[in-house]
Amino acid sequence: MNPTEFILTIEDLTVSFDGFKAVDNLNLYIENNELRVVIGPNGAGKTTLLDLICGKTKATSGSIKFKNTELTRLAEHQIVRTGVGRKFQTPSIYENLTVYQNLEVSYPEGRSVIGSLFFTTTPAVKERVTRIADEIFLTESLHQQAALLSHGQKQWLEIGMLLMQDPELLMLDEPVAGMSAKERDLTADLLNRICKNRSVLVIEHDMEFVKKIAHKVTVLHQGKILAEGSMEKIQSNETVIDVYLGH
Amino acid sequence: MNELSEKVLGGKQGALHLAILAVLLLVILPLCLDLFRLGLIGKYVTYAFVAISLVLLWGNGGILSLGQGMFFGLGGYCMAMFLKLEASDPISTKIQTTPGLPDFMDWNQIVELPWFWEPFKSLPLTLLLVLVVPVLLAFIIGMAMFTRRVGGVYFSIITQAIALILSILIVGQQGYTGGVNGITDLKTLSGWDIRTDSAKYCLYFMNAGLLILCIMLSRFILTSKFGMLLLAMRDKEERVRFSGYDVARFKIFIFCVAAMISAIGGAMFTLQIGFMSPSFVGIVPSIEMVIFAAVGGRMSLIGAVYGTLLVNFGKTIFSETYPELWLFLMGGLFIAVVMFFPDGLAGIYEKYAPHCSFSMLRARWLKKVPKVTGERQ
Ligand SMILES: Nc1ncnc2c1ncn2[C@@H]1O[C@H](COP(=O)(O)OP(=O)(O)OP(=O)(O)O)[C@@H](O)[C@H]1O
Ligand SMILES: [Mg+2]
Repeated sequence: MNPTEFILTIEDLTVSFDGFKAVDNLNLYIENNELRVVIGPNGAGKTTLLDLICGKTKATSGSIKFKNTELTRLAEHQIVRTGVGRKFQTPSIYENLTVYQNLEVSYPEGRSVIGSLFFTTTPAVKERVTRIADEIFLTESLHQQAALLSHGQKQWLEIGMLLMQDPELLMLDEPVAGMSAKERDLTADLLNRICKNRSVLVIEHDMEFVKKIAHKVTVLHQGKILAEGSMEKIQSNETVIDVYLGH
Repeated sequence: MNELSEKVLGGKQGALHLAILAVLLLVILPLCLDLFRLGLIGKYVTYAFVAISLVLLWGNGGILSLGQGMFFGLGGYCMAMFLKLEASDPISTKIQTTPGLPDFMDWNQIVELPWFWEPFKSLPLTLLLVLVVPVLLAFIIGMAMFTRRVGGVYFSIITQAIALILSILIVGQQGYTGGVNGITDLKTLSGWDIRTDSAKYCLYFMNAGLLILCIMLSRFILTSKFGMLLLAMRDKEERVRFSGYDVARFKIFIFCVAAMISAIGGAMFTLQIGFMSPSFVGIVPSIEMVIFAAVGGRMSLIGAVYGTLLVNFGKTIFSETYPELWLFLMGGLFIAVVMFFPDGLAGIYEKYAPHCSFSMLRARWLKKVPKVTGERQ
């Protein structure tokens, strides 16, 4: 296939921590407007994969191409600026700021020192904050301190902060962990809505949730891809059942 | 109010608090105190520069520098070098082996002015260097630390070590720096005798005015997006980084601003007190400054000023009678503040002051603002 069709092209990616290969010779291709879910047992290397893409961990070898940019050589903030957003496994928000401020500060302008000193909150920014707060079900809590949100709301807020940046590739590490059944349903709807004009890479353990959102599923095991394909195909795959779904 | 003045003053309440401080420093204290006591206040106010620099750096940015004394000291030394050269004209130093050199150089058998003293013959250059030298040092330290992601306790310890090294260096290089005595016997600033009563009043007002300006500059920074990013970095540095910000640059910048503000305080100290010595550079003064900020409230620019004034007042009164006890008291005070009043005096004020109704109104007003989009002002 022609590699330019993919928004993200990962080839021969390896990272080794003192000889232990957390990600081992991995190839992964994500298409435009695709919602991909990566599943796998604990310690499979899922989070490490996201760390590699967003530059938190440097690859030992291999290449990560986002559109036509090689990411492995860029600094974290540069990777973000090319259009990659990432949610952490544990909700990572600014607890001392209000929901409104959390969103406002994530707006992708005024990103330089001088720019931030003279940045003014235009009506357009406010409009964007309000719209995204609505999208992540937090309109009511807009002026609440973020520390007071429930765990699930914090997850949403972090997704909202990424949406403020309007990334072309959105990576979410276990977005529904700690959410109630109702919240999970809402999040599934949210993801189905926001993947309309961007690619989304989700890591998740909750198979019910995965079924609701996945276009395609990748199973990771010991840093390698065990299987890849549609949800039905994965669920009937013998090896996958053995190492992951079985227990 | 237009956008800029709003930002610089920090809203109605901020403007009110700033005005009260300005009236206190510029009107009430000069009217009530004799020149000697006013001079003491002037000295405390120079420390307040460092305290507000710590509000920016530590309170808001979460970067605890335990070496702010070095910037205060460098600013002070730069100023003192100019005054010393002026005080060492060939006529008043004609009994020296080499007339025209600062006295301590002559005592140390130095016969030629060291190259790094040359720029301090010029006042404009000196004023520039008062700011540039400390900022440059802060920039170098910042580059070395923040781009390598050294933070937290490590940063504090390293800044402390650098302050210590600098003070040892100054003490050790007696011939170039005046050693442990510092640079003393300063007399005139471009011919203006700084020891006269009128000069002392004048310098006091300049000093207080500069403090107010520095508070306004800090307010501008804190009310901008930069200020919000500082809080965000203090909370979750990684999240800021992975939102597309080059965290190191922001930290370097605020560290440099803090150094500059501290240096202004140091230079004003030299002018008002008439000397500068290594005892303002090392670890002890640096930690004292942190205590001033903590007592006043590390999140509050104005609070830090009051904290500095009060602690120093206490120090002056107490150490006259029980000099030994003071250090223990100060240590105890610090622990008490950190444990029971993490936001210091400003925090207590916010909580109990009778302005509740006013602040509640403000909170309510603030809540409404984002909804009436674009209709502000
Ligand atoms: N910086 C590191 N240094 C050493 N080992 C690491 C590092 N980061 C991750 N690992 C190891 O790599 C393996 C993969 O970890 P990773 O966090 O990617 O798993 P995961 O698939 O996200 O698991 P979970 O489902 O529990 O979140 C683990 O064995 C972990 O201990
Ligand atoms: Mg993980």
